[in-house]
Amino acid sequence: MAVSRTSDEIAALHVATLSFRYGQRLALDNINFAVAPGETVILLGPNGAGKTTLFSLICGLFASRQGDISIAGRSLINDGAAALAPLGVVFQAQTLDLDLTVRQNLRYYCALRGMGRAEADSRIEAELTRMKMAERIDEKARALNGGHRRRVEIARAMLHRPKILLLDEPTVGLDIPTRRDLIEDLHKRGREDGTALLWATHLIDEVAEADRMLVLHKGRLVADGSLTDLKRQTGTDKLDAAFAVLTRQEAA
Amino acid sequence: MHALMALSAIGWRELLRFVHQRERFLSALVRPLVWLIVFAAGFRAALGLSIIPPYQTYITYEVYIVPGLVAMIQLFNGMQSSLSMVYDQEMGSMRVLLTTPLPRWWLLLSKLLAGVAVSILQVYAFLAVALMFGIDVPMSGLLPILPALVLSGLMLGAVGMLLASLIRQLENFAGVMNFVIFPTFFLSTALYPVWKMREASVQLAAICEWNPFTHAVELVRFALYGQVAWLSLAVVVGCGLGFFLLAVWSFDPSRRFRAGRTA
Repeated sequence: MAVSRTSDEIAALHVATLSFRYGQRLALDNINFAVAPGETVILLGPNGAGKTTLFSLICGLFASRQGDISIAGRSLINDGAAALAPLGVVFQAQTLDLDLTVRQNLRYYCALRGMGRAEADSRIEAELTRMKMAERIDEKARALNGGHRRRVEIARAMLHRPKILLLDEPTVGLDIPTRRDLIEDLHKRGREDGTALLWATHLIDEVAEADRMLVLHKGRLVADGSLTDLKRQTGTDKLDAAFAVLTRQEAA
Repeated sequence: MHALMALSAIGWRELLRFVHQRERFLSALVRPLVWLIVFAAGFRAALGLSIIPPYQTYITYEVYIVPGLVAMIQLFNGMQSSLSMVYDQEMGSMRVLLTTPLPRWWLLLSKLLAGVAVSILQVYAFLAVALMFGIDVPMSGLLPILPALVLSGLMLGAVGMLLASLIRQLENFAGVMNFVIFPTFFLSTALYPVWKMREASVQLAAICEWNPFTHAVELVRFALYGQVAWLSLAVVVGCGLGFFLLAVWSFDPSRRFRAGRTA
């Protein structure tokens, strides 16, 4: 059991010597990194780099055969499903029940997390208000557009006050203004709540100046650092150039 | 406590979805009624039934097939829930469920129980309509069949879950349903007693006796008359447990989620 008093010292997420195979193909090769409490980390990688596989492993959807993952100090191997408690996830594909209302969707989620009705309702109101979706609470999810569904999903992922929020390409399929708002919101959330963010994307314009970046390419972590570090590492002066260099060098 | 809350939430969601799908409820009700009213009326003349346990007197054919149709409702419902599981997997709501900090077997069992609850509602709705049509269903049997329905529902739901674990794509499902549902139903005691079957073919009768669905039907049939079919009880419990364990064991999201998705 993690002791809450020392939770500041415990990484929100710790991935150690993690590898994963689909049959013969090595999808992830010896991945190591940690995310500190409250830290925002962008996981950059082209499509097919292994981002979704990594997320599926962190969420416990896939069992890792090599390496371990700890969430707020609890290991998926030793603690099993209980280790998932301090984790919030927004999947790339939309995952709301379209025939249920926003409220029904969120109450369902709260009950799955063992929250009582009163607590659930107050958390639902608070999170929907933050995402500016409070007045849509009794609408069917089907009636919401893509950007609004995403907002509800982010609100849902925060209901149980996770220590770390995983976002898998959260802006895919959204128009540019919606995307910009969402990116701004998410950065703000990371700063305000002390919730760590691990955010996968292949769109480099979603990175803020201060974000730490992990660059994943063909299943390997090829860079870990700030924008300045990445530029220095690659001898370039722009992120897109640095990204191009990092994801090219392995191509041969 | 947490586990029970999750169970009730899963059940509540299943019920809400069921209420939203009125056509599903209607077809679940109409299908057995068509058998009962149209098919049974025609067969009544063609098929002579002798007195066999649990019946103590001559019965009409309609009365004979009621337990079989009850089990058919549960069979269809089990397949329907597994279909919705495959759908959930493709739609992503299965991921939300599986990232719940509870053991996977418990989450799958909760889903199974939720499906069984829905099937039991359908069964009682069917029995109510059957009574209205004047079919001689013993009122005293309505309560004793409840535990039998839970067990048979669990077994049939577990088969569906096992299929859902094995079938990777929604498109393949229709074919499998036909290959599973029809043989299962026709090669059982749902429509004719096994001795009648034996007159036609000894081999078919043997298949019928080995078919777990037969035992679900007989469990319900005997319970309807306040009796316990012990062999059927053992078969249903044993097979249900076996199918469920196999379903949990073969349930591997990494197989499904990788298909057609970029990593």
